[in-house]
Amino acid sequence: MRYIPHTEADVARMLGVVGVGSVEELFAQIIPDNVRLKGKLDLPAGMDEASLLSHLGELGSRNRPARPAVADGPLSFLGAGVYPHAIPSAVDALLSRSEFYTSYTPYQPEISQGTLQAVFEFQTITSELMGLPVANASMYDGSTACAEAILMARRLTGRPGILLAGGLHPEYAEVARTYMTALDVELGEVALGEDGTPDLAALDAALSERTSCVVVQTPSYLGTVVDVEAIATRAHARGAMVVTVTPEPLALGVMRAPGAAGADIAVGEGVGLAIPPSLGAPAVGLLATRTEHVRQIPGRLVGETVDTDGRRGYVLTLATREQHIRREKATSNICTNQGLIALAFTIHLCLLGRRGFEELARLVYAKARYASERLAAAGLPARFSAPSFNELCVRVPGGDAARAITRAAERGVYAGVSAGRLAPALGDCLLVAVNEMHGKADIDRLADTLKEVG
Amino acid sequence: MPGKHPRALLHESRPIFEQGSPGRSGASLPALDVPARDPAVDGPAALRRGEAPHLPEVSEVEVTRHFTRLSRWNYAIDLGMYPLGSCTMKYNPKVNERAARMPGFAGLHPAQPEDTLEGALALMWGLERALCEITGFQRATLQPAAGAHGELTGLMMIRAYHQDHGGKARKKIIIPDSAHGTNPASCTLNGFEALGIKTGAGGVIDASAVRAACAAHPGAIAGIMITNPSTLGLFETQIAEITEVVHAAGGLCYMDGANLNALMGKFRPGDAGLDVMHINLHKTFTTPHGGGGPGAGPVAVGAALEPYLPTPMVARDGERLRWDFARPRSIGRVRAGSSNFGMLVRAYAYIREMGGPGLTQATEMAVLNANYIRKKLEDVYPVAFDRPCMHEVVFSDKKLKKETGITTLDVAKRLMDHGFHPPTIYFPLVVPGALMIEPTETEPPEALDELCTALREIAAEAVTDPDKVHSAPHTTGLRRLDETLAARHPRLRWTPKAAE
Amino acid sequence: MSAEYPDDLLYTREHEWARVDGTRAVIGITRFAVEQLGDITQVDLPKEGDSVKKDEVFGTVESVKAVSDLFAPLSGKVLKVNDPLKDSPEYVNDDCYDEGWMVEIELSVESEKAGLMSAKQYKEFLEESA
Repeated sequence: MRYIPHTEADVARMLGVVGVGSVEELFAQIIPDNVRLKGKLDLPAGMDEASLLSHLGELGSRNRPARPAVADGPLSFLGAGVYPHAIPSAVDALLSRSEFYTSYTPYQPEISQGTLQAVFEFQTITSELMGLPVANASMYDGSTACAEAILMARRLTGRPGILLAGGLHPEYAEVARTYMTALDVELGEVALGEDGTPDLAALDAALSERTSCVVVQTPSYLGTVVDVEAIATRAHARGAMVVTVTPEPLALGVMRAPGAAGADIAVGEGVGLAIPPSLGAPAVGLLATRTEHVRQIPGRLVGETVDTDGRRGYVLTLATREQHIRREKATSNICTNQGLIALAFTIHLCLLGRRGFEELARLVYAKARYASERLAAAGLPARFSAPSFNELCVRVPGGDAARAITRAAERGVYAGVSAGRLAPALGDCLLVAVNEMHGKADIDRLADTLKEVG
Repeated sequence: MPGKHPRALLHESRPIFEQGSPGRSGASLPALDVPARDPAVDGPAALRRGEAPHLPEVSEVEVTRHFTRLSRWNYAIDLGMYPLGSCTMKYNPKVNERAARMPGFAGLHPAQPEDTLEGALALMWGLERALCEITGFQRATLQPAAGAHGELTGLMMIRAYHQDHGGKARKKIIIPDSAHGTNPASCTLNGFEALGIKTGAGGVIDASAVRAACAAHPGAIAGIMITNPSTLGLFETQIAEITEVVHAAGGLCYMDGANLNALMGKFRPGDAGLDVMHINLHKTFTTPHGGGGPGAGPVAVGAALEPYLPTPMVARDGERLRWDFARPRSIGRVRAGSSNFGMLVRAYAYIREMGGPGLTQATEMAVLNANYIRKKLEDVYPVAFDRPCMHEVVFSDKKLKKETGITTLDVAKRLMDHGFHPPTIYFPLVVPGALMIEPTETEPPEALDELCTALREIAAEAVTDPDKVHSAPHTTGLRRLDETLAARHPRLRWTPKAAE
Repeated sequence: MSAEYPDDLLYTREHEWARVDGTRAVIGITRFAVEQLGDITQVDLPKEGDSVKKDEVFGTVESVKAVSDLFAPLSGKVLKVNDPLKDSPEYVNDDCYDEGWMVEIELSVESEKAGLMSAKQYKEFLEESA
């Protein structure tokens, strides 16, 4: 067994030191007879590396990943919360340094400065994107970041009401409901308006002195870019907070920063800019807020300090918020987060840099505009009038998005996701996500295919 | 330029925001092959960002050098041993990394049609079956992203069970004083109250204490959370009786599976009557810690809680596997997507490589390693409880502190100068000045001997040169850091004015 | 640096002190408590106008790795709060009896002070519990 170094002689010597005759004797001293397992584990036999790789390769070959993962795979326009991008080779090369991926949580700062400084840079980048001064060291994913942001707003306002604005990712809404089940909260919804963004009159009607926060996704699940400021003005007038949710942070290259638009807490999902889609995860939840709320932030925070020689360094800080110290009164139970994926996100955003990030966002915007026009010309008009960034909600000519998806897949195109996942009434609409890897010819092919399959 | 003050070729790297030059970029973007559109011109106000985010302006060379330099300031398993109790820092097999990066896994999108995910579903099904076989449970959800997330999920299921069985008034969860902090924190998120009980004289929970707690709160006990082996590294010898007592009081039994590495092939919680446990794939099943995550925290359950598992599960109809959303009593999703899938691939690869005998041997050698260290050090660092331990051993600084004034913290910091990561310190809280060592099975005996020698030398040095120990570490890139300053005046992001 | 345990103060077993002046009392934590806590990084106190009740929690003090509850030595209504502690919690470490005071209250049950310890009694209490 290559991961277990002990030879028979080693074991014999060590048993001598411990003072027992055999391993069985040792376990007999530890585990009472009435519960000790007498039989053997019924698992498949072990494998050598070559056989293992062959087995895994066979499992992998029974999946059908899209391009560019495999050159002859389907052309994919899948998004709906996970937005793949081209990840530069340098990201995985740096991520694969075992000083990063085989290190532990940086509780011992003298020998963890690499991770600590990288997290500090991650917090800085997240703060810049969101336009809010404080960001944490990551959450599990966008959906749990959203749930934790709601809990945070509830603690800060002391109010029970939560309003989920129309257009929130249905899985995020479901996670919020799961998290809130046991708590004394009042979950409400704000209907979607005709233009595909939350209806402001409905918001006015729903807001009250019991509302702790309004949760609004932008770009929404339907791809629409939301006027967060209009929502924030109304929420703040009633003393409620605004939580924005952005599963496609690339939009922040062209979109108004949530903080600038009035968000009190901004969350997001960084997986698409960090690693290949990997069935959606491990993901990385982003969470940023205003300085005055720092003591209610869930999860880890890295801060700058100095060592005994006065040299700049970094440590985990404000840990008294966390479960290992405050236990049942902690701001969250989170311990392990998504450190390595946060690192991947950080490296990619450093590579893109200020100009590259903005340019990439404009590129995707231009391609999505082209796709919108091309799809409209093919008989798939935009369902909503509100502007979009990368994802389009279009009506399929046959009126059945699920059928169009199946038939397009038979023609080698993952055309998108049915908007019916959000609301059954939208079952005639398709969500199409465009990214920088889509050339003009790919978009043309999508439009032609959808025209053909109806 | 970055890299001033090299110290034994350990280059400093200034924050990346202080490097580079305006206009520089490491981006490689495709040419625009569709008509140019400027959202700032033809878009609405919401699409006018104004000033671009202040991201770094550096080339790929600078980025590569920066992060490579940073990496060298980290300790890591691939550099040396991590005797971190409760963390199971075992070797992370390289083949796992290769497996997770296979295009057939890494290239999958969660919204792909189900019939294009046959292999992924088979892998998840296989992993679920293996975890259930190892733990003796019926089914397991693979959704939770970490151990604490798994705890939250498990407690949600316990709550849902009581709601369904007339137990709405059941609000109390019994938690021993040696538990991880995540246990009580997870209770609060579920509207439960943690009911603390003290560890018994032998270092294990007394069934009588559990019985007394149940009797004191009739009709109010929702369950118990037991870490087994406990954070003292001891097997909970009265577990069968404790389970009976809690069940008799109408509660369910949660097992914190953080220490499963001590049990494979030796004890199956499901067989012993426990109802639910989480499993940290990033501990027992070798997925890397990644400097703080990602982990994965599958939750396995017995028959009582099976209906409440989160959706979706993988279901099998004959030979065909599919997503199963039709679970009417499910607690619902605990995250978007299916799981930390990349971690599942790694754990599955490890389990398949090891097989049943390999996993059992891993447990055996993990326990032998810990007991070997116990025997090698107990004369200098008294053990909290003098009996055979499981995968970890808890020492105290009692003797050292009394004789020399040197504390656990000093020993931990001085150990860095010997080339080791410190053990877990001051935990569990029930042992004053605790030094908690978990070697794991992947450490060869020579590494254990080196660790023991280092700890003995530090104890000797505490007598001859206590100042040297007290001011450690001396050889690390940075010395002890001022955590008080960081907490009193938090600087949580880089700002231009902070640049020197 | 003030005296270890000034004679003009009254003390509790939870290591708070009270300087009673007529119907008012200023409240803080003792040198012993400060030494146990180490470097204090955050002090959370009630607002002006809040009520505090003897032996009940009225706030918390934090060090880097611990949170401790503050127990009111006497009952009353908060008149003043030592706001500078928000930005400079180190005042508690530097001078726990003067600059590091926490709240001033208007006593609601004057007789309660009879149950507190004198400096001499508190020092004896510390020696006993050591």
